[in-house]
Amino acid sequence: MSDTLALTRIPLDDYAELLGAGEIEELRALAKPLRGRSMEMINSTAVGGGVAEILNRLVPLAEELDLDMKWNVMTGGEDFFEVTKSFHNALHGAPYHANSKDFEVFLAYNERNRATMPLDSEFVVIHDPQPAALIDARRPGINHWVWRCHIDLSHPNRAVWDFLEKFVSRYDGAMFSSPEFSRQLPIPQYLFYPAIDPLSEKNQELEPEFIAQTLARYQIDPQRPILTQISRFDRLKDPVGVIRAYRIVKRYFDCQLVLAGGSASDDPEGAVVLKEVLREADNDPDIRVIELPAWAPLEVNALQRASTIVIQKSLREGFGLTVSEALWKKKPVVASAVGGIPIQIIHKHTGLLAHSVEGTAYQIRFLLSHPEIAAKLGEHGHQHVKESFLITQKLKRYLTLFLTLARSS
Amino acid sequence: MIKPDRAISQNGENLLMNTAETPFEFFTVSYLTRIGNQSAGTLAELLAGLENCSDASIFHHTYQTLGSHHFLTEGFSNDFAQWVLADANRNDLAEQLAALDIRDYVSIAALRHDLCRVVGEFCVTFPNFAAQTALERFYFCESVEVTAPLGRSARTLDEFRDGIAHLSHAGFYFHFISSRLRLQLQTNDFSHWLADGLGLKTLAESVDHIDIYTNTLDSTRVKLLRLIDRERRKA
Repeated sequence: MSDTLALTRIPLDDYAELLGAGEIEELRALAKPLRGRSMEMINSTAVGGGVAEILNRLVPLAEELDLDMKWNVMTGGEDFFEVTKSFHNALHGAPYHANSKDFEVFLAYNERNRATMPLDSEFVVIHDPQPAALIDARRPGINHWVWRCHIDLSHPNRAVWDFLEKFVSRYDGAMFSSPEFSRQLPIPQYLFYPAIDPLSEKNQELEPEFIAQTLARYQIDPQRPILTQISRFDRLKDPVGVIRAYRIVKRYFDCQLVLAGGSASDDPEGAVVLKEVLREADNDPDIRVIELPAWAPLEVNALQRASTIVIQKSLREGFGLTVSEALWKKKPVVASAVGGIPIQIIHKHTGLLAHSVEGTAYQIRFLLSHPEIAAKLGEHGHQHVKESFLITQKLKRYLTLFLTLARSS
Repeated sequence: MIKPDRAISQNGENLLMNTAETPFEFFTVSYLTRIGNQSAGTLAELLAGLENCSDASIFHHTYQTLGSHHFLTEGFSNDFAQWVLADANRNDLAEQLAALDIRDYVSIAALRHDLCRVVGEFCVTFPNFAAQTALERFYFCESVEVTAPLGRSARTLDEFRDGIAHLSHAGFYFHFISSRLRLQLQTNDFSHWLADGLGLKTLAESVDHIDIYTNTLDSTRVKLLRLIDRERRKA
């Protein structure tokens, strides 16, 4: 019923050039006591979404360290994924009317997966709520189970959380992307950041010609300042607020604004927001609203690298990895102090935080007036990502977790 | 303890090519961050948290944060000072907290005492500010430490230099910064071994004087290697 995924090899030594040989030697030293011990990642999708994107890179890197790490994907029907989507939204605080049938569907699919998955690795990492009830398969004293929650649980729907908490509290630990997202639980809770891969298409170095071609394709002038927000057309990303901030900046600087996000064609709400954005843009020739294909990592990379300043003016945010993507490219970032963004943007050190349209505009103007400060923020931001938000650091965190769990037993 | 391969002596110190009896073993360290159950939204709550949090939490927000933010050499010292500056908007208190130098401490208890004293005195002097709500809450976290041997050791200054040149940031941090608590001495692993293992007390002192607040781990390493190279040239 479940699928074990075979993944493309990623040579670990490729990272040594970027990070230094010492960092790779360190990973090998931490991995050494874990060789011959099995570990398993379980989530609910092999493609699409941040978790799958991370596991796609993390598991091959673990294999490079001669670790026995598997990635299994649980399976479910449409009814299961409808339920888990409503759970997901409810855990984020969206309205939800508790329905006992939903809970039954959730449990039934977990039961079916439990029957077909081996779940006998020494370390089992369950990602997000969908497979949370697999914990019923745990054999006490035999292996270690941890739950990695990628969701902001600060204001969850009570009924859904009460249901899930019964399972979560039986794990050996839970990991959250921010202390703000965690709950009061009887088990240890750890901070685990999402991560970017510096060698992926979205973050790798690009030829200047490719960047120039991308700008030309979207009719963006490389000679004038470019302000960019990359995000889907979602009200929580406040694209209209970004345009309002741009208009304030525009009074003082001859700049351009790029709003680029995934296509809204298959997302009814996204299409509505896109219309609102176009209305607000009001045919301003210096505003480029770009609907990117669902998977356009090189275009995103090029637009970020071409930007003078990257903006992430979200009203609410998970972790906001687009911030790390921009920082890795040494871009000065102006972003809202919401969700996981303040973890990435240490105000006045690795970027500037803002709390309003006017504040966002002011910080952008400040950076456009002080390019030397903008450059320094970008440089520090790059270092910050290197220390904390790269896939190699994430792997290191997992190794540390497994070593800690092993030590505790 | 020291076996000189060449009997060179200057100012009472054994110089190059000494071989230490006890080798320097290179380690690295990795930290998990455990989320605590305390948070603070005001300076008064920060004080309560400082008084009650675990030693691992004080370590996390002072020693460990210096390692993970080593690249910030202007105005970043510890998480408490950064929060007071950026979220509680009290520059004066932030400055006092940032001025606490972890090199002056050999125990977490002493560091906690001074953190509480600084915040406590501010809260008494400015009770209105003590109750003001900060922009974002401060979450107390803890460090869970795992160390691992790198399988490399040094008995001579050359081997020692080579080992330092190849260390990861975390390994360098472990030996140069967090070691002060482990040793319970106002020095670091490198200086300790240079003095005790090779008898190079002057070099050991110079290494210990490198300012970790105004240098990154990389620039600290460069300075340390330069000091070692100068010592090697004396031979």
